[in-house]
Amino acid sequence: MRYLPLTDAEREEMKRVIGIADVSDLFTCIPSGQCRPQLGTLPKALSEPELTALFREFGRRNSFPGYLSFLGAGAYSHFIPEVVSYLSAKGEFLTPYTPYQPEVSQGSLQAIFEYQTMMAMLTGLDVANASLYDGATAAAEAVLLATRRSGRGRVLLAGNLHPEYAAVIRTYVQNLPIELVTVAADKASGRVDAADLGAKLNDATAAVLFQSPNFLGVVEDGRGIAAAAHERKVFVVQVVAEAMSLAYFAAPGDAGVDMAVGEAQSFGLTLGFGGPYLGFMAVREEFMRQMPGRLVGQTRDLDGKRGYVLTLSTREQHIKREKATSNICTNQAWCALRAGMYLAVMGRTGLARAARACHLNAAYFAKLAAKKRSVRVVYERNFFNEVLLEVRKGSAGDLVADLRKKGILAGVPMAWFDPGQKDRLLLAFSEVHDRAAIDRLLDAIGE
Amino acid sequence: MAKENLLYSKDHEWVRREGDTVVIGVTDYAQHELGDVVFVDLPAAGKELKKGDPVANIESVKAVSDVYAPVSGKVIEANAKLNDSPELVNQDPFGEGWIFKMSVEQASELDELMDLKKYEEYLKGIAGE
Amino acid sequence: MNTLPKLIFELSREGKIGVGLNEADVPEEPAVDPELLRRELADFPQLSEVEIVRHYMALAKLNYSVDAGFYPLGSCTMKYNPKINEKLAAAEELQAHPYAPHDLVQGNLEILARLEEWLRELTGLAGFTLAPAAGAHGEFTGMLMVRKYLQEKGDPRRLVLIPDSAHGTNPASAHFAGYDVKEIASSAQGTIGLAELRPHLTPEVAALMMTNPNTLGIFESDIMAVADALHANGSLLYMDGANLNALLGVVRPGDLGVDVMHINLHKTFSTPHGGGGPGSGPVGVAAHLLPYLPVPRVRRQGDGFDVVFDDPRSIGRVKNFYGQFLVIVRALAYLMTLGRENVGRVAEDAVLNANYVRKRLEGLLDLPYKGPSLHEVVFSDSGLPVKTLDIAKRLLDYGIHPFTIYFPLIVHGAMMIEPTESESKETLDDFIAVMGTILREAREDPELLRQAPTRTPVRRLDETLAARKPVLRWRKGESL
Repeated sequence: MRYLPLTDAEREEMKRVIGIADVSDLFTCIPSGQCRPQLGTLPKALSEPELTALFREFGRRNSFPGYLSFLGAGAYSHFIPEVVSYLSAKGEFLTPYTPYQPEVSQGSLQAIFEYQTMMAMLTGLDVANASLYDGATAAAEAVLLATRRSGRGRVLLAGNLHPEYAAVIRTYVQNLPIELVTVAADKASGRVDAADLGAKLNDATAAVLFQSPNFLGVVEDGRGIAAAAHERKVFVVQVVAEAMSLAYFAAPGDAGVDMAVGEAQSFGLTLGFGGPYLGFMAVREEFMRQMPGRLVGQTRDLDGKRGYVLTLSTREQHIKREKATSNICTNQAWCALRAGMYLAVMGRTGLARAARACHLNAAYFAKLAAKKRSVRVVYERNFFNEVLLEVRKGSAGDLVADLRKKGILAGVPMAWFDPGQKDRLLLAFSEVHDRAAIDRLLDAIGE
Repeated sequence: MAKENLLYSKDHEWVRREGDTVVIGVTDYAQHELGDVVFVDLPAAGKELKKGDPVANIESVKAVSDVYAPVSGKVIEANAKLNDSPELVNQDPFGEGWIFKMSVEQASELDELMDLKKYEEYLKGIAGE
Repeated sequence: MNTLPKLIFELSREGKIGVGLNEADVPEEPAVDPELLRRELADFPQLSEVEIVRHYMALAKLNYSVDAGFYPLGSCTMKYNPKINEKLAAAEELQAHPYAPHDLVQGNLEILARLEEWLRELTGLAGFTLAPAAGAHGEFTGMLMVRKYLQEKGDPRRLVLIPDSAHGTNPASAHFAGYDVKEIASSAQGTIGLAELRPHLTPEVAALMMTNPNTLGIFESDIMAVADALHANGSLLYMDGANLNALLGVVRPGDLGVDVMHINLHKTFSTPHGGGGPGSGPVGVAAHLLPYLPVPRVRRQGDGFDVVFDDPRSIGRVKNFYGQFLVIVRALAYLMTLGRENVGRVAEDAVLNANYVRKRLEGLLDLPYKGPSLHEVVFSDSGLPVKTLDIAKRLLDYGIHPFTIYFPLIVHGAMMIEPTESESKETLDDFIAVMGTILREAREDPELLRQAPTRTPVRRLDETLAARKPVLRWRKGESL
């Protein structure tokens, strides 16, 4: 077995040193009768060629690669420069543990410090952490942070929050003294209903969470929401499910938001059937010591050299135990490191270019789709890269099925999340599409 | 600071009477056990306290310690200097490193605290463990 | 003098580009109100591709890793990460969108189903969720299920018992599941038996969270009696499977009375730690907890697979999509490579290696708990002229990553050594020899250890400065 380097002769020698006749003597602590279960139904060992063939077979049973895809809704296809894959795959980055020994971990620590900096710049906030599991759990952690910090127990969730994020938040708080209240969305604009928000904000409210761009693709009025909430001393959390939008729209911090949380899969992580992705959290400085997750900070060594360490760890479970800000330990460090690499490679110019392409491609589609008789573009302006389409006859499912026959995965039917929305589907565009691909989609939709 | 005029708690806090109010800090023993203090989470003025309530939080690099209300009362003031200079807790625990000031609801609760002699004996007991 | 790499922002020069990406080829007709747009990311890096490669290669050189050498970090199971698994996980044909129609991702669904089958067989538990993202996330998921189960029986109860040797994640996870935590003292042998449990076993107890083998590397031999006592009390047994590596193919927790447990694919099943994640923390449950597993769940249907999204008794969703899928791919590849004939050999060699290290170091270091070790051994710094930290830092000078230090908390100056099965006898002998040298240095020249490390890219770092005046990002014009 190539992963087990001991030879039989060495095992014998080691047993002799230990003073045992058989390895089973090391397991006498296990209740008799329980040792050595039958594993007969499990498969036998595969050689490396056999293993490769098996996984190729799994790949063959995945027939999605043949399709032109416009799927989004929280997971996005973006171009990943090869250099990102090359660098992030290096064993020096992939195979260390959490940098508990900073003297031999400066590579990971500095790379994460750079990532934290770029996320802080993108969100327009003071501090970003080293990662959370994903967008949904990051949103849940923001709820916990806001309630802990404010001492208030009521949290408003905007209606157009990603349904899976809302579901995860509900799971997280189910046994905690936290009340979740949904704020209605205004049908005409697709945005948070300002009147309903105003009516539901009160002095018991810890925070309002809104997603922008929201689950219908529409950019919210963050400034307006922040102003209304701050009047009641309510914290404002912007959820961002498509991090690429941060490179296009005014930063959450500039709009007055207190925390930005969400999903940064778009920054260099493959679709990977949903994971591993990258939860991020950025906050104003006043929340820094209440933040969940790891933080890398700058310091000096004994010789005065600049260096980096994990810091503010008294927030964490290994010190505060049940009083910790979160139970998180292992996080998405490598994903954050890779996102940092991606952002560095894309740079100021490339990132802006990719973000612009996402929007322009979506805008091009929306403009031409709006001229069709069979469908309606629900929101013709102020989206980022997602367009909500309504079919005028039949169901969105029919249109999706029809386009599948033409080799296109048209979008995510909203009925998956809300059975009442049978006629709507959400399409996502990015820099991986070109005009020819979008024209093909437009043609396939028909008149 | 005349340590003999102070009262002490089993949590290694010292209490100084100032008329109807008391000033609270941690002892030299406590700051030494904590190590380099990096942050003190201070209470807001006006906070109502019952004897034994956690009031403030002292953090070192790898430990966190609560400061408890030695008596019942209300927070009058916290030592704002600690926001920028938490190291005062280490450097001058009985002086500049004081933590907070509070009112005293029942003066009799102060009787339950130790004087310096008793506290020193208490420390000896800990060292002997 | 600063010989360390500059920050990427300090390397940036106006006008450079690192990516070959064109502008969109559609008409430039944005559909956005101009006031919504952002300012330019003025301080974002601008570098050419070659400079970026050099930057990260320079950073890579500063890192220690399992690929580079021995990494006996106790309770972290730093075993070798097979390279073929990386290639398999990167395959284009697996990078499906999570909302792709299920008939187009049958291969991926089969991967999920197959790993679940392996885990059920290896643990003897009735069902698994693969959704949790890491061990602590698994603990939280497991405790939510415990609570929901008890809730449906009429009373969620108030308390969770946790041994004093447990990881900090256990109390934190129990807390967020709505429980008060009661720490219980381990016996003089470092274990939890009926004598330790009984005084705390009140009707308020929802569960005991027990790590087995525990963080001392000692198997909780009374686990079956403990499980019986808990069950008789209407309480459940949660097993923290962080140390499953010692039991793989040797004993099945489900056969010992465990009701719910999480495992760590990034420990036991060889997926890389990535400098702190991503991990994956599947949770297995006994039959009576099956209804509470989180959604979504993959199910075999005839020759194919489908997904259950709604289940009224489920605790709900703990993460978006299907969990850390590409970590799951690597774990399955590892198990398929081992096969049923080799899984047991993993535990055997891991335990053999740990006991060999224990035997060879026993005379040199204090061993506070002398019960039989499984996959790891914990020494203390009692009687040494230096602290555990100094020994750890000196190991860095010899090119070896230190063991876990100062954990578990019940051992003074703990040194927790877990060699794993990945290490050859030569590597262990080298480590033992280095430890001998360091302990001699400690007696002859303790200052050498207190100043260590001196051969690393940086020396000891000022953690107090970092925490007192946190600098958590670079800002233009501010440089330390």
